[in-house]
Amino acid sequence: MSVTSEQVRHIAKLARIGMSEAEIEALVPELNNILGWVEQLSEVNTEGVEPLTAVIDQKLRLRDDIVTEGEIRNEVLANAPEAQHGFFAVPKVIE
Amino acid sequence: MVAVAELAAPFRIKGETGDWEVVVGLEVHAQIVSNAKLFSGAATAFGAEPNTQVSLIDAAMPGMLPVPNSACIRQAVRTGIALDAKINRWSRFDRKNYFYADLPQGYQISQLYHPLVGEGEIEILADEKDLSTAKRIGIERIHVEQDAGKLMHDQHPTLSYVDLNRCGVALMEIVSRPDMRSPAEAGAYLRKLRSILRYVGSCDGNMEEGSMRADVNVSVRKPGAGFGTRTETKNVNSVRFVMAVVEHEAKRQVELLESGGEVAQETRLFDPDKGVTRSLRSKEDAHDYRYFPDPDLLPLELDDGFLEECRSSLPELPDAKQKRYQQLGITPYNASVLTAEVETALWFDALLNAGAEPKQASNWVVAELFGALNRRGESIDHSPVTPAAASELLGLVANGTISGTIAKQVFEIMLESGEGAAHIVESRGLKQTSDTGAIDAEIDKILAANADKVEQYKGGKQQLFGFFVGQTMKAMAGKANPQVVNERLREKLGA
Amino acid sequence: MRRKRNTGSLRSPRSLSEAVSDLNSKTIAELRDGFRAGHFSAREIAENFNAAVAGARTLNAYTLETPDDALAAADTADQARASGDLLPLSGIPIGIKDLFATRGVETTAGSKILAGFRPPYESTVTAKLRQAGAGMLGKLNMDEFAMGSSNETSAHGPVISPWRRKGSNVGLTPGGSSGGSAAAVAAQIAPGATGTDTGGSIRQPAAFAGIAGIKPTYGRCSRWGVVAFASSLDQAGPMAKTVRDCAILLEAMAGFDPKDSTSLDAPVPLWEANLSSDLRGKRVGIPREYRIEGVPDDVNRLWERGIEWLKDAGAVPVEISLPHTRYALPAYYIIAPAEASSNLARYDGVRYGLRERGPGGLDGMYSATREAGFGAEVKRRIMIGTYVLSAGFYDAYFTKAQKVRALIKQDFRKAFELCDVILTPTTPSAAFGIGETTDPLAMYLNDVFAVPASLAGLPAMSVPGACDKEGLPLGLHLIANELDEQMVLNAGLAIEERAGFTARPEKWW
Repeated sequence: MSVTSEQVRHIAKLARIGMSEAEIEALVPELNNILGWVEQLSEVNTEGVEPLTAVIDQKLRLRDDIVTEGEIRNEVLANAPEAQHGFFAVPKVIE
Repeated sequence: MVAVAELAAPFRIKGETGDWEVVVGLEVHAQIVSNAKLFSGAATAFGAEPNTQVSLIDAAMPGMLPVPNSACIRQAVRTGIALDAKINRWSRFDRKNYFYADLPQGYQISQLYHPLVGEGEIEILADEKDLSTAKRIGIERIHVEQDAGKLMHDQHPTLSYVDLNRCGVALMEIVSRPDMRSPAEAGAYLRKLRSILRYVGSCDGNMEEGSMRADVNVSVRKPGAGFGTRTETKNVNSVRFVMAVVEHEAKRQVELLESGGEVAQETRLFDPDKGVTRSLRSKEDAHDYRYFPDPDLLPLELDDGFLEECRSSLPELPDAKQKRYQQLGITPYNASVLTAEVETALWFDALLNAGAEPKQASNWVVAELFGALNRRGESIDHSPVTPAAASELLGLVANGTISGTIAKQVFEIMLESGEGAAHIVESRGLKQTSDTGAIDAEIDKILAANADKVEQYKGGKQQLFGFFVGQTMKAMAGKANPQVVNERLREKLGA
Repeated sequence: MRRKRNTGSLRSPRSLSEAVSDLNSKTIAELRDGFRAGHFSAREIAENFNAAVAGARTLNAYTLETPDDALAAADTADQARASGDLLPLSGIPIGIKDLFATRGVETTAGSKILAGFRPPYESTVTAKLRQAGAGMLGKLNMDEFAMGSSNETSAHGPVISPWRRKGSNVGLTPGGSSGGSAAAVAAQIAPGATGTDTGGSIRQPAAFAGIAGIKPTYGRCSRWGVVAFASSLDQAGPMAKTVRDCAILLEAMAGFDPKDSTSLDAPVPLWEANLSSDLRGKRVGIPREYRIEGVPDDVNRLWERGIEWLKDAGAVPVEISLPHTRYALPAYYIIAPAEASSNLARYDGVRYGLRERGPGGLDGMYSATREAGFGAEVKRRIMIGTYVLSAGFYDAYFTKAQKVRALIKQDFRKAFELCDVILTPTTPSAAFGIGETTDPLAMYLNDVFAVPASLAGLPAMSVPGACDKEGLPLGLHLIANELDEQMVLNAGLAIEERAGFTARPEKWW
């Protein structure tokens, strides 16, 4: 499976990474190189094998329903590039 | 043999090329009642100052990790049990990846591949007064997921403001099967679902505040054909609007198809002011959410003890309560009205527990109490008359102390003054009389004064009997026992 | 906390250089024991290392120096010694990889997109180190977002290894992603450092730098407050000169954290106290699939010597097979980028870090910010990750890789029925020159021996074995079963005792 520059453009959009046409073109062979290499996994017989999603053999712990966090607005906003009146500010979104 | 009522005619959109059937599925997002959020310990209460109920996890700071809240899981399981659904002991969280300013992580933790709850169903009555409209609507699944934050666009000319207070609050997404076939069915489903959630206590069902919202999936087809392409109208926040969306979308699609167009599979928004749905700016890649199991979490496994506790913690649910009321002699209509909202049902249960006779009590609540509450603009939670006080009033009627007519008067006085029924009857001398002597005396006067009508009655005009009853009751200021009046009149008129 | 710091408050150059050559070369154990015995004060230790740090800026190992922090911790330690309230790491200053959030101290993960980010929180691991009495010398340079094997992708510029080939002054990489950590310990400008290992990022640089480094069982160390790269693989671990030092640091770093759902709920063993190089009754597995073509003779010869050393310690070598070994790297390069593509979505210019404006409102801001903020390797991996998760490719790539991962874990499970510890080389070569490796794939192949243990979540460590023909260190790699860090530490100790690796980089900086 190889990618076209159209697909690369699409992925860059999905990933919200701006790229010039030149960068997109340069990525095509790079990505194809890597994708071609990882494709060797198709050689492996994985019939009947469950995908491994959790590396440790442990049950998911549930925590108690108590309020233990919050009321830290100043800390939450401290590193914000743009904060106003207690909100994060972003370029206006038209819905 | 009892005549079977004709089935109500199925809902159809009348188009130029014939009748069209509408197919509806609803995805309801219900905020789970809990103190803290699904994966963070920040508070969930509505209406706080912006970004004060936000933890480092909610703000998606680098290195932050989710830890699930047991109460949220419990409420979703209880809801599933209440919907007769299969509870999946093993389920898993997946990430739904997309970019938006109200989604700090750049993904929502949800459950796609293995949801917490599987298939279930709800019984609805599309028309409260028509039992033949009873129907089972299937539930496809319920899963648990994070809510997003809030974006505000009108505070600033060039900026939008982001408030993450709501971000991370637990949601149940309840997905129905596409079993509904009319706006009425959609409305009935949503009402019933909301009622059940409020009975269970897992969601407050407050659609205006946004704690419950519906995505409405609508498609049309000629009866008997396969499913057509559906559209999804998102975030509809009232039952009325949901019904309007179904109607409007179905009509729009029929018109489109009949004029040679195709229905696009797209997301739409409802504009309640204009009463129309409109297409959201097309986001081709918005659908590629690249779901994958969240590697910050392990699979969720529930044990027998947990499930048993959930099950035994459930109150009597609307359908069961309705059946029980009917077994007590309450009419199906009354039973359905009384169990529609949990507050009403609990109030009525208290009334029964105070000793009221079920049939009489149900009639009185539906006719008299509801009427009074509506007039006064009060909810049953704030009823000036308690179940115990109501029971006392009903008891006075049942044991003949007062007539039904007088009871209405007494009730009005109870509402205004807060006094008890027996006290009112006593202090205002409202007891009804069954004294045949006094009644006979009045009847004789009435009959004497209306000799012509007596003649007409004896000549065949049966309906005049009511006139005589009315006159007698009036003469006795409503305090005569109506049964005795009837008996004595019959005897005297020789009927 | 500025980079170029005035050292006028320290002692005169002569006594300083004496102190430098003395205290710097000590291990953490020696520093701890010497401090407790009163041979020197904690302040002397801190001042010594602060000066060393300031004098080694050419290496670019530190991105931020925090001498005051080290001094404050030292003063507390000196007081604790007087009052008898000593903590396990009282008096020990260490370097912290810039992937760990340090409260109020800039944390960049080697990236421009986090320039200026001061976390209002401290990672669990570094908090535990502080609670154990340790001080911080500074934040250590690293590959951007831990993606790299040479520390060349850092927004702060590459780390230059203190090691040089015999007779050459070509700048070498210290390995990565914990390149700064490895260089600092090797150059003796930190007695120990924290690193993280996702696909070899502790072990490979440790091998290149001639030091010890251990990646514990997945879940041993909390990931809370560690900037996430690939959640199912990331693990924090110590890097130091000796196996004992690693054990000391790991004991302080490890432990159950309720804030991390993937944290192991198991007690922390007394790894240091239970160190033993007596391997009688132990079987050491030698996996045939780790004998790869094209690997320099030096590497394989060291492997053979390693087997001899372990035999000498009493272990019995057993040939084993880990049949899916060659698929580990490709599987890793599907899973890790996939998780990373999602973990790095939060770097969007909204709530912290870099924000760049671009045309197109919110989306334009996202694109411009991430374009300017991420380096080429990070972008490459996000692109791969996004691709392998995207509609139509998820099953063929991601699910497939997860299944292969299951098989690799199964390989190890079966192998550990036949042996107690596995021995392999750590890397397929010694350190290479900065700028020498331009093909991403060639760079990925550096981790061919390290990655399988990462995929399986097993404890693994690298210990220095010998130098190659050009005088560059080569490491030996030990892998044990889940929760059996003691085994890798003990086997590591056995090798350390017999390898007699005393080589140190000659100071050219």
